[in-house]
Amino acid sequence: MSRIARMAVARRNPGRWHWTDIAAYAYLALGVVLMFGPVLWLGISSFKTQAGLLEFPPSLLPMSQKEVRVEGHAQPLPLFEVTMEDGSKRVLAQIRRIGIQAQMVDPANPGQSIRVPIDKRTPVREFKLATENYTEPLERFAFMRFLWNSVFVTVVATLITLVINSMAAYALSIYEFRGKTAVMLMVIGTLMIPITIILVPVYLVITELGLVNSLWAVILPGAATPTGVFLLRQYMLTLPRDLIEAARMDKASEWQIYWRIVMPLAMPALAVLAIFSIMWRWNEFLWPLAVLTKTEAYTLQIGLNAFQGELQTQWHYLLAMTVVTLLPVALVFVFLQRFITTGIANTGMK
Amino acid sequence: MASDAPIPAAPSERVGAASFFAAPLAVLMRLIDWPMQVLQRLIGERRMAYVFLLPNLIFFSLFVFLPLIINFIFSVTGGAGLFPSERPYVGAQQYAYLFDCGSFLDPSSCREDHFWRGVSNTARFTVFQVTAMVLFSLLTAVVLNMKIRARGFFRAVYFFPVLLSPVVVALTWKWILQRDGLLNAAITSLGGERILFLVDPSWAMFWIVFVSIWAHMGFYTLILLAGLQAIPADLYEAAEMDATPRWRVFWRITLPLLWPNMIVVIVLALIRGVQTFDEVFVLTGGGPGTATLMVVHYIYETAFANQVQNFGLAAAASVVLGVVLFALTLAQLAASRRKGAA
Repeated sequence: MSRIARMAVARRNPGRWHWTDIAAYAYLALGVVLMFGPVLWLGISSFKTQAGLLEFPPSLLPMSQKEVRVEGHAQPLPLFEVTMEDGSKRVLAQIRRIGIQAQMVDPANPGQSIRVPIDKRTPVREFKLATENYTEPLERFAFMRFLWNSVFVTVVATLITLVINSMAAYALSIYEFRGKTAVMLMVIGTLMIPITIILVPVYLVITELGLVNSLWAVILPGAATPTGVFLLRQYMLTLPRDLIEAARMDKASEWQIYWRIVMPLAMPALAVLAIFSIMWRWNEFLWPLAVLTKTEAYTLQIGLNAFQGELQTQWHYLLAMTVVTLLPVALVFVFLQRFITTGIANTGMK
Repeated sequence: MASDAPIPAAPSERVGAASFFAAPLAVLMRLIDWPMQVLQRLIGERRMAYVFLLPNLIFFSLFVFLPLIINFIFSVTGGAGLFPSERPYVGAQQYAYLFDCGSFLDPSSCREDHFWRGVSNTARFTVFQVTAMVLFSLLTAVVLNMKIRARGFFRAVYFFPVLLSPVVVALTWKWILQRDGLLNAAITSLGGERILFLVDPSWAMFWIVFVSIWAHMGFYTLILLAGLQAIPADLYEAAEMDATPRWRVFWRITLPLLWPNMIVVIVLALIRGVQTFDEVFVLTGGGPGTATLMVVHYIYETAFANQVQNFGLAAAASVVLGVVLFALTLAQLAASRRKGAA
């Protein structure tokens, strides 16, 4: 046993590599490929043309067939490299295909058409970003509408969440009052009740309020989150009481103390809750799916899912729209990564 | 946030947008302040606590407490009406209907066989997913806790899918796993046969487990990483002095001290596993057939998507789900209390 131990230490000399170090870097390298790869592939694919997406095996980069305008033809013609009978190679444009023969034309000499067997030609390809995947859905579908709905839901819901939860947290952290324990118990007790198990009755409440197919139906039910109250309360408990007493001495009203003293001091906790709320709301799926049935009211996530079936999965649009959907979150992540990760590590919420 | 706030906010977090909202907010707050002051004079300073609690409690009771009660009422009433007044009382009939099984191990012997298929799929999914999730997030956390270069970058790599929406995650993988997708291209280029990953039931189950681990692992890794960093460094130094081999250090020091965090991870993953819906719904739609149909999917379909909306049955199923989640939550509370004591 001790010999094994000595060997293990011997390999751990400074500057030397222990096998676990090598294994760790291998694991991390694999992780980079596995974690980034799929999203990177999604991004690359979203710039491919419809024809390019159907290719198998797929090409790594978005390539598409080069086309030329030839005199006497209304549409641009696809370019091919053709191996002629004498073995020479020429670049020709294809006018049409008839069975196994292709009727082709030399772009430099458009008068004369040449017949070529189709297996003698290979397409000339160039690197091209199909940006129309992004621009067309914006014009043709209700995509902008979905985007706007999602932004509206996310912003308004986050604002409401911040205000009402911070008010409750303020009451629960600063005051002693009758029923405080009962309220705290309710907050903790409902901490883990997901919308999943009260889907039907919440739907009833929303119906009674006349909000079905309105964005408010998505915003309101999740506005009071016990997680938010809990997080803010824990933070507010750490604020110095003297400050509040001093403000009361100065005849500040309770509302002023809440708004002008406690809220600014609770900014770090509020920011964490804001990030989480944005994440939750932007990504929410099941509840909007249940309560929004009219296309005009769809959020981005619901719209994206609906695009799958309705358009016989037009992947070129779907991929581009998926990229647009993940962009805001990706940006938030790039700028606030440190903040988000410490927030999750400290609060254990998501 | 008002521009004349006597105490400045945490300085680093002040952004341009905040000052843009600051002016109208200050006006709004001053408008609210006046009635609030009148109220305070009427009820006294201490009772203002109730005023601050009120908005939250209204939302809470309207969208959590009331629904919990209504849910129970739904589950003991029948008919197709949405409003409780239109629904006749049927007692435990909905539950009896759900639990009407020849054998609980064979979903096809049940009256509501989709529910039991959902239960068995969810159970299998949760067991596989939680086991693999704990192992991989532990491995990743340990690796990320080593003295490696670019630690921040690697942490970000494993974490970023956590932020992606389930729909984006599912569509990304659907694109890769489809018949003409990247993975099949790799397989055929190595001389293999194409596999219809989402058409073959066992592959579909494998991929929903894989994809949900891919999407959520960073979250659990982070919790474990926080636990690893809380382990005092001198314990490791002492072990090094005694020339203890690394694996032994792991078993004797790391794992026991990390155990509270491990329990939190296990329980949270269990709770989430039981609630799984979004990714699976978009990735496989519960298919092929009912091979990846989850309990939550069953509830959603029974209440909203089916031709005949059966709110009573859906509510009964959600009460059953709620009981399971409640048990898991109690486990979590017990675990976190022990963590606090440790």
